[in-house]
Parts: sequence; structure tokens; C-alpha cells
Amino acid sequence: MAEPTTPRSFQEIILRLQTYWAEKGCAIMQPYDMEVGAGTFHPATTLRSLGRNPWAAAYVQPSRRPTDGRYGENPNRLQHYYQYQVLIKPSPPDLQDLYLGSLRAIGIDTDIHDIRFVEDDWESPTLGAWGLGWEVWCDGMEVSQFTYFQQVGGHDCHPVSGELTYGLERLAMYVLGIDHVMDMPFNDPDAPIALKYGDVFRQTEQEYSRHNFDTATTDVLLKHFEDAEAECKHILDQAADDPKTGKRIIMAHPAYDQAIKASHVFNLLDARGVISVTERQAYIGRVRALTKMCADAFVQTEAGGADAA
Amino acid sequence: MPDLLLELFSEEIPARMQGKAADDLKRLVTDGLVDAGLTYASAGAFATPRRLTLTVEGLTDASPTTVEERRGPKVGAPDKAIEGFLRGAGVAREDLVEREEKKGAFYFAQVTTQGRPAADIIADLVPGVIRTFPWPKSMRWGAGSLRWVRPLQSILCILSDEAGAEVVPFEVDGFSAGNTTEGHRFMAPGRFAVSSFEDYETKLRAAKVVLSAEARAETIWHDATNMAFAAGLEVVEDKGLLAEVAGLVEWPVVLMGEIGEDFLGLPPEVLQTSMREHQKFFSVRNPATGRIERFITVANRETADQGATIIAGNAKVLSARLADAKFFWDNDLRIARDGMGDWREGLKNVTFERRLGTQAERVERIAALAREIAPMVDADPTAAETAARIAKADLNSEMVYEFPELQGVMGKYYALEAGLAPEIAAVAEEHYAPLGPTDDVPTAPLSVAVALADKLDLLTGFWAIDEKPTGSKDPFALRRAALGVVRIVETNGLRLRLDRYFDAQLVRHKGALIEDVQSEEVVDLLREIADHGVFGAAFRAVVETRGKASEGLETMASQVPDKSDDLLAFFHDRLKVHLRSENIRHDVIDAALSKPPTDDLTLVVARARALQAFLDTPDGENLIQGYKRSANILAQAEEKDGVEYRYGADAKFAETDEEKALFTALEAANAAIAPAMADERFADAMAEMAKLRAPIDAFFEAVQVNADNDIVRRNRLNLLHDITQTCGAIADLSRIEG
Repeated sequence: MAEPTTPRSFQEIILRLQTYWAEKGCAIMQPYDMEVGAGTFHPATTLRSLGRNPWAAAYVQPSRRPTDGRYGENPNRLQHYYQYQVLIKPSPPDLQDLYLGSLRAIGIDTDIHDIRFVEDDWESPTLGAWGLGWEVWCDGMEVSQFTYFQQVGGHDCHPVSGELTYGLERLAMYVLGIDHVMDMPFNDPDAPIALKYGDVFRQTEQEYSRHNFDTATTDVLLKHFEDAEAECKHILDQAADDPKTGKRIIMAHPAYDQAIKASHVFNLLDARGVISVTERQAYIGRVRALTKMCADAFVQTEAGGADAA
Repeated sequence: MPDLLLELFSEEIPARMQGKAADDLKRLVTDGLVDAGLTYASAGAFATPRRLTLTVEGLTDASPTTVEERRGPKVGAPDKAIEGFLRGAGVAREDLVEREEKKGAFYFAQVTTQGRPAADIIADLVPGVIRTFPWPKSMRWGAGSLRWVRPLQSILCILSDEAGAEVVPFEVDGFSAGNTTEGHRFMAPGRFAVSSFEDYETKLRAAKVVLSAEARAETIWHDATNMAFAAGLEVVEDKGLLAEVAGLVEWPVVLMGEIGEDFLGLPPEVLQTSMREHQKFFSVRNPATGRIERFITVANRETADQGATIIAGNAKVLSARLADAKFFWDNDLRIARDGMGDWREGLKNVTFERRLGTQAERVERIAALAREIAPMVDADPTAAETAARIAKADLNSEMVYEFPELQGVMGKYYALEAGLAPEIAAVAEEHYAPLGPTDDVPTAPLSVAVALADKLDLLTGFWAIDEKPTGSKDPFALRRAALGVVRIVETNGLRLRLDRYFDAQLVRHKGALIEDVQSEEVVDLLREIADHGVFGAAFRAVVETRGKASEGLETMASQVPDKSDDLLAFFHDRLKVHLRSENIRHDVIDAALSKPPTDDLTLVVARARALQAFLDTPDGENLIQGYKRSANILAQAEEKDGVEYRYGADAKFAETDEEKALFTALEAANAAIAPAMADERFADAMAEMAKLRAPIDAFFEAVQVNADNDIVRRNRLNLLHDITQTCGAIADLSRIEG
């Protein structure tokens, strides 16, 4: 194998991952156009991990965690960051090797680094999902999550999907040798207009931190949560047969959008500090109930592996 | 005599599961082999992150052929019955023999079970072991249905002897057993064939895999201590971490790195916790200063640069972690030096338990109780109250939020920074102790007072809301808390009547829980409990002075004493479990617990220990026999007569010499026992009691208790009662079994 070269920028790492997984046969998808807490929320993972149809997708997903906002000052923490997500169903027998190939592709020489698979059971209470796998360590640094999905939306996964999640900023900082995320070259450092991560995101981190922590109107958010919850149920309450077209159309995805919305609003409310410990569990349960309903609906559809009516 | 080698090769097995899995594999396979009629000389099991391996040596080639005679239907039975028997036994009609039995003539068949080759038995056995393997958590993968801890990748199964090795052919969910395995994932990729366990182990080592977890752990510890020693330092021992790390590597390479200068000022516990929890690093200490100065990490490989890249990477990750820790520490120090007011204020917003209020309220209750306990443990009441008020302040610090296991430890540092006296600061750390049954117990008076108050508040609180442990459910670790109290009292030899503190703290809880009780009533009640010691008398005193009790106070009176008694019974159960480890028998503890006061645990323990020690001597036997002989005859007479003989015997009615001698002996014993009891010299007291055996035996030998003269008879029975009283002064000996 050719000596891997070291990438020079954040975007080069993303591009190399895209190229690598495209070569390995994944459909390279685009980010989902909604606010989500992690790449797993993208319907290309959550919904597509359900049912018997094979699937292979990879994509970048901007992710938001309002409570992690640090006004752009913390070297490692951001309220908005990127995840790279790969989902292959059924999980191929050589998924670990494929994964290690992706590390080599972004310039990690596995001959001089110490790569380890350390036990980490994954669970998402809001998605009603869990799986077994590892966090992958490179010289003691967690560079990815590696999970075999066992259950999603309360449904057993058959076949099982293998999911890889790379925390892109952290991984890129490691590969590029950067100590503060805002100092990381976003594009090529020799480009005519060289941009650092901070040039792109420092200001937005400040703005969103202030908004998330102090400004977001909680009454409005509470209303949004309830609206999204009601809308999700409303969508799924519709009969499967569309009276207008006469076709069987179960609206799993539009309903799931509402579940995603409710989940993000909950995260904002959490950042605003208006949710007590006991209420927290109740809200998580409400979001889980929504995702479960969406999962129930999705497995009734063709993409979800149901026989065509 | 072939050897069996079985390897289940998979993706990385969690470190914490490897040891038990290796044991389970050995047990399940060897049990199965033996059940199928094979025998073997020895077996061994091994685990690495990627494999479970079993070697069974000196296995028999085949199970023996066995012949068994089976009785069939009676001669002349219907054909249908005979055919059924033939089918079941697998024999032909002409093979049957007839034989006369008591009940008539029967058909008999000789049923031969052919021995089976070991390979067949293994091929039948192993797939079942794999399918039903007892992993604590298992998973499916791909499109298959097999469950394993992580995806299984290959199965190696061979039988080998001098002539060579043969694959034992079987298949599980598409995996066929073979004779190949893999070495180290990075250092020696590729499969290779093996022909015996010895060959397997040697080739694995060449392929950079140390098969034995013990050998890996030894290498790690040996190299780590040498490396530290060479630098004039020492490794902080951590057996749990060592076992875990040995389960994370197949080829351990120990590397030592520096902790950045900026972080050396952090408390050693912070460095150690952060390094262990996040990075699985060992801490390396400078023995001269006690400071943690370096870290040791265990890599899973050798590299061309002698691990330089790996150390640099690990050091960098550690710096990021410690930068967080230092940020928390610096922020916390500001609040600590300011007197920790923000944190203590913040406890008002932290719910302890829905019904039991906030952490701030809990702290206030603990402070009040600590103040009351203080004089009993030679602590200053005001200092105890102060210490209790700051002991949990660190729960709101950033460091404890990040590392909950550092609660108390940080509290001590922060209290010192706040300018508090060292003995008060120490309470923050020590009042949680003891956590485990072998943990050190606090002995400093202030720490003892607050540790007791903390645990008693926890227990009375959950008793007040009826959340007692049931079966295996004890989410608030109440058993641990009660055992903690038992051990603190015992270790420090404390003389406390727990009842009084149960009552006081239950009143504090109930005062908050019962709506219509007046706060002045609670205050009065607590003051009276302090005076009277128990709830009942205190309650009567309050009613007397106030004229009447509110409805709430009545409710309290109907609940507190029962809960207090119930809690004491819970303590007695804990005490029994605790003393069992000292080989003090259950019945001995019961006997000691049947003499009040039973809420003075030190006294109960002293009596139980003395009794057990005494029972283990010949004198102990004397005491029990003397007591039982007297008690039995007395009981029989009392039952027959329907009266109790408890009026004291009079020596002037004694007739025989033996009777007079017993009176004299009893008088002498009582004279010696009284001061011994007063001084709680229980062994001495019991030695005196045991001396009564001889005069008692002589008395029964020579004297007829049931004399014709009723006065003499009654006097003798009363004498027996006096003996049982004297001998039962320490414990109710009737409860002693055997």
C-alpha cells in the first residue's frame, strides 16, 4: 500500500472519507436538512437500519448539542459540530478492516499508532435504540464509535447494521496536530483565501451559545415541543390508503421529521436549564414514544421491508 | 490419548468478560465430554481480546461401549407392545430372551450402546456450547442468527496426537471448524495452521500474541515497575486496572510518559482518577514527594519508533483531559476560598429524594444529629455541626460533577482552602466511610460523629417513607449504611443507645412529612428526646406541658416507635451477617440479643463474642448443661403446676448437704458475678457461672426436687429459678442450640 500522506485541512479529511467509502460501495448521501443531535438521527440511519432491505450509506451530518456550547472558547467543545456516519446493513464480516482502511485513508499510519477497540455499549434513550461495539482508540484518543445495532425504535434489527461514527473535529485535530479547534485549517492552508475553523464558526458558536443558554424563549419552545408531538401523531393517525391518489402511502418520514424536531427542542429546553431531573426522563420518554411510532410505521412500508401490498 | 484444541476467534471481547468466559468454556466443554463418557487428564482455558481458547489433554479416544439389559413386556403380551419395545431398544425379535421373574415371565433385551469416537462427541457438543454460551450480554451481526459477545470470525478445533492433527468437523451458522487462526491484528496479520496446543502457543507468540492473561499482566507489571524504578519513581498499584489492561492487549508494550508541568499541582487523586478512568493509565509517583509525576500506558504493539508516536499521542490526550480537570480545579478553588457559600446555597436546588427534600435540608438534619451525637464520641458539638454543614458542599463543585468518585476527597481539599481546621476538613472525606465491608472505618471523633449522623439520617429517612430494602433491591445502599454504623460503633467501641437517635431523626423526617404537625411541637419533642432518651416518654412530656397534641403529633406518635423498632431489627440483621464472618453463631447472637439493651451494639457484640468464646471451652459446656438441666426441670414443674416459681429460694429450707452446698455456691457466684457484670467482664462472669455445674450435678444426684414436703419442693424449684437467672445474666441461654 502506498505510504499514506497526511491531509492538510479539515475538509480534506472529509473528502478523503467520502472518497474512501464511495470506493467501498456506499451511497454518499448529504446531511439531513434538520437540526439533529447526532448523525444517527438522519433517517438514512435510524429508519434504514430497520427492516430486511440491504443498505449502505455514508454522509457528513452537522450535529447540534446546545448544552455543549462554550462560546467558541473551549479547545474541544462546540454546540455545532460534524459527524461522519457510515451505515451498512447487513454488517459485512470485514467491517473492522474496512474501518481501519478508512483511518489509513485519512493519514493515520496504523504501523506507528496504537489502535484499540475498547468496549462501549451504545444506547440512545430517545431513539429507543441500543447496540454493542466499541469506542476506537488511537493512542488513547477516542476517534470513532463502532456499533452493531441490535434494536432501533423498539424493533429488533434483522439483519444487523454496522454503524461507524467519526467525530470529525476531534479526529481532524488529532490528524492535523491542532490543539484548539478554532485554529484548525478548514481549507488548504496555502489556498489564496485560507480559512481556519474559527473563521467559519467562532462567531456562530458565540451567537448560538448565547441564544441556547439565555435567549431561546422557553414558552415558545415548550409549545413547539407539543406541536411537533401532536403533528407526529396526527401524521401517523392517517389511513394508509391515500384517498387522493388511491395509493398506499404511509407517511413515516414526515412523521419522523416531527420526532427529530421534538428531540431538538427538548435539547434546547435542556440547555435553557428549565427541565428538572424528573421531567427530563418524562421528556425523553415522550420523544422515544414518537420515534417508536415512526419505526412502527416505517416497517410497514416498502423501504422498511414490508411486502408490497 | 489425543489432545483437544479449541479456539473461538472473534472481534474484540470486552476485557471485563474475558476471564469468566474462559472459565465457562472450560467448564461447559469438559462437563460435556465427561457426560458423554470421555475422560481427560487436564484442561486449561485462555482468553485474549480476540480469542477464547481451550486445551484438553489426555482425552480418551472414544467413549466405552456399554451393554445394558432391559426388561420388556410380559411373555404373551400383545404384539403391539412387543414391537414398541423392540423399536425402543433397537433389537430384533429373535434377540429377545424369556426369563421367569417373581411376577411371571418377561422378555429381556441386551441393549448395546456403541462407544463413539471423541471427534464425534466433540463435533456434537461444541456447537451447542457456542450457541448457548453464557455471555453477560451478547449480540447478533450481519444476516445471521448466532449470538456471540461480538462477531465470531473463525473456529479452530483439532484433535492431535503423535500421529498428527485432525480437524474435528462441525459447523455453526456457516462457520466450519478448521485448523487455522490469526496472530496480532497489526503486527502479524494473516492466518496460519497449527497442529497442537504447543504448536499453537508457540506460533501465536511468534505472531505477537501472548495467550495467557496472567502472563500478560505479569509482563505489564514487571516492565512498569522496572521502568519506574529506573527513573527513581514507583508505580501506584492498581490490580483492577492491571487486569483490565491485560484484557485490552495481545502483545503488551509498556510505555512511560510525562505529565505536563502545568498539571503537577493537581491533587494526586485527581490525576490518578482522570488517568485511570479516561485513559487506563497507571500513575507513577515520586516516593520522595508523594506527587504523581508520570504515567504509564500499555500499548498493544511495538513500533519502529519505539513507541514515540504512541507516547506523544497519549500525552496529548492526557493534556486535554487534565486541562479540563485543571479548569475545574481553578474554578472550584475560587469558590472554596470564598467559603464554599455558592455550593452550599446550590444544594438547596438539588433534590435528594422527592419526599426527603433537598440536599440542603438533608445537610441541616445531619448537622443537627451530629451535634447530638458529638458528646457521646468525644467530639465538640459545635465543630461537629460545622463539619456536617461543609461535608457535602463539594457535591456542587465542577470537579465532583465531572468525577463523582472524587466526592469527599475534593471536599477535604476545598475545606482546607476555605481555611477550615484540618480535622474539620477531614470530615468531608471520612464521613462517607466505610463504603465496603473491608474499608477503613473513621476514628477521628468529628468524622465519627458526622459519619454516624449521615448514615442514620439516610436510614431513618427511607424508613420514614417506607422505602426499605427488599430482597436483592437496595437502590439506596441502606444495608451498606447500616453495616457502616455497626462497624463504626464496633471499631471505636462506642457506647451509644441508637434508639434515641433513631427516634430523634425519625421525628425530624416526620416533622417535614406530616403536614399538620406544628414546628414548635417538633422542637419540644426533640428537646424531650434529648432528655428522656426515647420517644414515648418525650411524647408524654410534650402532651403534658402543651395540654394536648395536635393531630399531626398524634400521627407521629402512632408511627415513630414502630419504625424505630423496625429499624433496630434491621440493624440486628446486619449485625448477624457481620458477626457470622467472625464465626459467631446465629443462635449465640440471638441469645445475646434477647437481653436488653439491644440498641447498644458494642454491648451486644461484647456479650455475643464472650459467649461464643466461652462456648468453645469445656467450661462453656458446663454452663449450658447446668443451665439447661435446671431450666428443664423448672419448666416441667411450672407447666405441671400452672404457676411460676420466681419468689426466691431460702437457704433455711435446705435439707441435704448437696442442697446447702448449692446455695453456698450460688451465693458465692452471685457475689463474684455482680461486680464482673458491672465492669462488663463477661468472660469472668461466665467462668463463675460455669463453676455451678459441679454443685448443680451433685444436687440433682443426691436430691429429689419433687419432695413430698411442698415447702421444700417449692423452695427447690425457686432455687432452680435463681440458678437460671444467674446463668442467664448475659444472654438467654435457652436460645443456644444443641
